[in-house]
Amino acid sequence: MIIRFFHQMGSPRYFYNVAGKLVPWFMVSFLITLVFGLYYGLFVAPPDYQQGESYRIMYIHVPSAWMSMFIYVVMAVSGLISLVWRIKMTEIVVISSAAVGASFTFLALATGSLWGKPMWGTWWVWDARLTSELILLFLYLGIIALHSAIEDKRVAARAVSILALVGVVNIPIIHYSVEWWNTLHQPASVTKFDKPSMDISMLIPLLTMAISFKLYYGAVVLMRARAEIVERERNSRWVQEMVEQEAK
Amino acid sequence: MNPIRKKRLTLIGLMVAGIGVATWLALNAFDENLMFFFSPSEVVEGKAPEAHPFRIGGLVQSDSVKRKPDGLTTAFSVTDNAEAVTVEYTGILPDLFREGQGIVAMGQLNQDGIFIASEVLAKHDENYMPPEVAESLKTAHDEAVANPQPQASVQ
Repeated sequence: MIIRFFHQMGSPRYFYNVAGKLVPWFMVSFLITLVFGLYYGLFVAPPDYQQGESYRIMYIHVPSAWMSMFIYVVMAVSGLISLVWRIKMTEIVVISSAAVGASFTFLALATGSLWGKPMWGTWWVWDARLTSELILLFLYLGIIALHSAIEDKRVAARAVSILALVGVVNIPIIHYSVEWWNTLHQPASVTKFDKPSMDISMLIPLLTMAISFKLYYGAVVLMRARAEIVERERNSRWVQEMVEQEAK
Repeated sequence: MNPIRKKRLTLIGLMVAGIGVATWLALNAFDENLMFFFSPSEVVEGKAPEAHPFRIGGLVQSDSVKRKPDGLTTAFSVTDNAEAVTVEYTGILPDLFREGQGIVAMGQLNQDGIFIASEVLAKHDENYMPPEVAESLKTAHDEAVANPQPQASVQ
């Protein structure tokens, strides 16, 4: 049954309809977790013993940084499937994710900068963590630029998939940069094979925000994929019938 | 899996592995340059550059912070619990600067082996907890240090 579901999701028309039904659910659960996570994080969670209230920017910064890497991995895996199996839908997932990923990367860099000024005493340093995250932003922008530079959508998807796979080496570098080299950025608090170095009252809102951002990505990528499907399939019968129906 | 797909998969696998190895080699070659700072031990061993500025990172040694009479210059020792280097800095220190705190200072060694810093950045660790928890941890630690466990002395 699961295999059949994936086969059906490979068909743009089926995907379009299922995605249309899923988007509102993603949006509603995103808003609920966002409100809960932000309220809990900004008002309920206690201040930090060292950083006081300033650490609360973490509730945006850390989930954004996680998303920037998570979305890239999604793109690389979809890129791999697109290159090997030439499935249209995974091609669409690659390019629909790029702009969301770039936004999260930018958000992680911007909030990190705002956090760095009061805590470290600087907006920016060229340490390994910050630099590799900046490279990730350039990778996303490169993918978007490459996609729009090639007219033929299927050729563009192939080029973009290769670029996404080339850039995937950067992901372990970002994650382990704080362990392999001396950096100004502190090591991981949560994403490690060990007890999180964070009090549970601070961890709950952080994980809620992480789930919330994932739901947001789900909603946006489905919406963007639907738009991309309609554009690609505009000459197919089902899209034209659908448009005629809407017009009536 | 049909042969064409298998071939594509192998090619992609080789490509990613090749890029991975190339990156690993490049990063290994640049290892020294990717280090954001030198530790006090490395500075004492003479691994840090002498003629041009570099960064030193470590903990601010307890009871080492001294304000100079001009009111702006601070002298303190940076330690990695093995070696210590004296640092002098004129200017405003970040909020997190205190004894026992991790810091990274940018500057140069003078003839007397004192590190004249042009910039001091605070480094914080990955632990997040409410002040009460930090307080009780500290109390527990102090008590444990004051009254060592009897088992330790038996052995």
